[in-house]
Amino acid sequence: MEQFLQQLASGLANGAIYACVALALVMIYVSTDHLNFAQGEMAMFSTYISWQLMQWGLGFWLAFILAVLISFCMGVFIERVILRPLHHAPVLSIVVVFIGLLAICNSMAGAIWSYLIKEYPSPFPKAEFGIAGVIGPHQLGVVLVTLIVLSLLFAFFRYTPLGLAMRAAAQNPQMARLVGVRVDWMLALGWGLAAAVGAVAGIMVAHIVYLDPNMMGGILLYAFASALIGGIGNPGGAVVGGFIVGVLENMVAYSGNMIEKITGIYIIGNGEKLTVALIIVIFVLTLKPAGLFGRVVVKRV
Amino acid sequence: MPSLLEVKGLKAYYGQTQALYDVGFDIPEGGITTLLGANGAGKTTTLRAICNMVRTDGTVRFAGEDISRQATEEIVRRRIAHVPEGRGTFTSLTVDENLRIAAYTRRDKAGVDAERERVFSYFPRLKERIQQQAGTLSGGEQQMLAIARALMLKPRLMLLDEPSFGLAPLIVVEIFRILRRINEEEKVSILLVEQNAALALDLAAHAYVLETGKVVMHGPSAVVKNDENIRKSYLGY
Repeated sequence: MEQFLQQLASGLANGAIYACVALALVMIYVSTDHLNFAQGEMAMFSTYISWQLMQWGLGFWLAFILAVLISFCMGVFIERVILRPLHHAPVLSIVVVFIGLLAICNSMAGAIWSYLIKEYPSPFPKAEFGIAGVIGPHQLGVVLVTLIVLSLLFAFFRYTPLGLAMRAAAQNPQMARLVGVRVDWMLALGWGLAAAVGAVAGIMVAHIVYLDPNMMGGILLYAFASALIGGIGNPGGAVVGGFIVGVLENMVAYSGNMIEKITGIYIIGNGEKLTVALIIVIFVLTLKPAGLFGRVVVKRV
Repeated sequence: MPSLLEVKGLKAYYGQTQALYDVGFDIPEGGITTLLGANGAGKTTTLRAICNMVRTDGTVRFAGEDISRQATEEIVRRRIAHVPEGRGTFTSLTVDENLRIAAYTRRDKAGVDAERERVFSYFPRLKERIQQQAGTLSGGEQQMLAIARALMLKPRLMLLDEPSFGLAPLIVVEIFRILRRINEEEKVSILLVEQNAALALDLAAHAYVLETGKVVMHGPSAVVKNDENIRKSYLGY
């Protein structure tokens, strides 16, 4: 039982990370119909920025907040400068730009901070935090921080005029212009917010996976799966999808271990959890192609 | 009366295709003017060109200021409300959110709240549906929401594209009655594009007739209504 709870807790902690990255992907997807392949690498770069700030003597939380703000500005900058000229470009050109962005972020991080794996601190106090035997301090902290960030974002989109304007611009850009929304800036703002949420995920996961330029590769894959399973156009679905994928992968490994313990036969373990989790995702998408919470889009011809 | 909107030598293009050749008209402050014409004559394009939603050439002056080079979202800030064809609402947002986003450019909160009450007095049905998603409203209700949305801007000029499209006759009569009240009570000038020429000529004081991207005739509605060609082509008797 204790092991089950531990696995569940670590699944939730991973899921929180996937949820953030998935949400970042969906935020850009709903307003532009493009999947940003560079989202993970941008988050990695943000994490390095926070690490650098800490090297310069800043405390963890100050570095965290500054890195998130810097990431926001970087996101806005990337949209304005790199993607703005491509608003009417064919999809493939944009895909190439995303891949280029991915490679640039990756090699720039390598060039500036080297490819050596670095340790990354956890801000959560060892002793007083967490519930003994169930959830570790860092895991509990990750879940709390991401939940706070996600709630803030949802409140922003739900209750502020700017959030409403961003939703309107994503849903119907032409109509949004007709009510006076500066749609181009809303896109840039969306990129900024996505980069900021990605930064939160990167900084929170770095203590677990260690800091290196390739740290977000696997996580981006999970985030894609989360966004798809939740319905790619649905931000709430992406978050729920993140937690589902996180818990699912750990439950796969856990049940594999249990089977081995009882029958002595090894079927699946930690090594296969990604594979099995993704198989389940594919299975779900076969049954519900629009995702669990997605709406089927009917196109009139 | 001074002109609120002056359009001169307006041309519009979709890519390489020219849709308007030489459109010119004046809209007096406080009046209702209608644009008539067959399908493809350029009525919708004219409205889109005023708001700079297509590539245009020529001059558009609003309250004396040249707005032909302004971006759509800046033109809206001069309080020109455009209700596009096919019901201009955000279908995935609620009625409440549609009305709130409509007042996005306004900074006077008290004025916006007062506007809301006034809008509900015109369209009491919207108040009952306030938390409903706009996409789930009936066609008539969506058109009402689109007009309500335009009113939230406290517009000086309203551009209406086929408000009767696809609606039951009784609803159309109701909507046109409300449009007349809006014009009289709120002093909103209206430029109306309508397929239903009889209806439009009853509401408008002045009419312009478009054919393949050009103005071919114009005059007071009473005169246009009795023109033999207009009667045959658009009124059907």
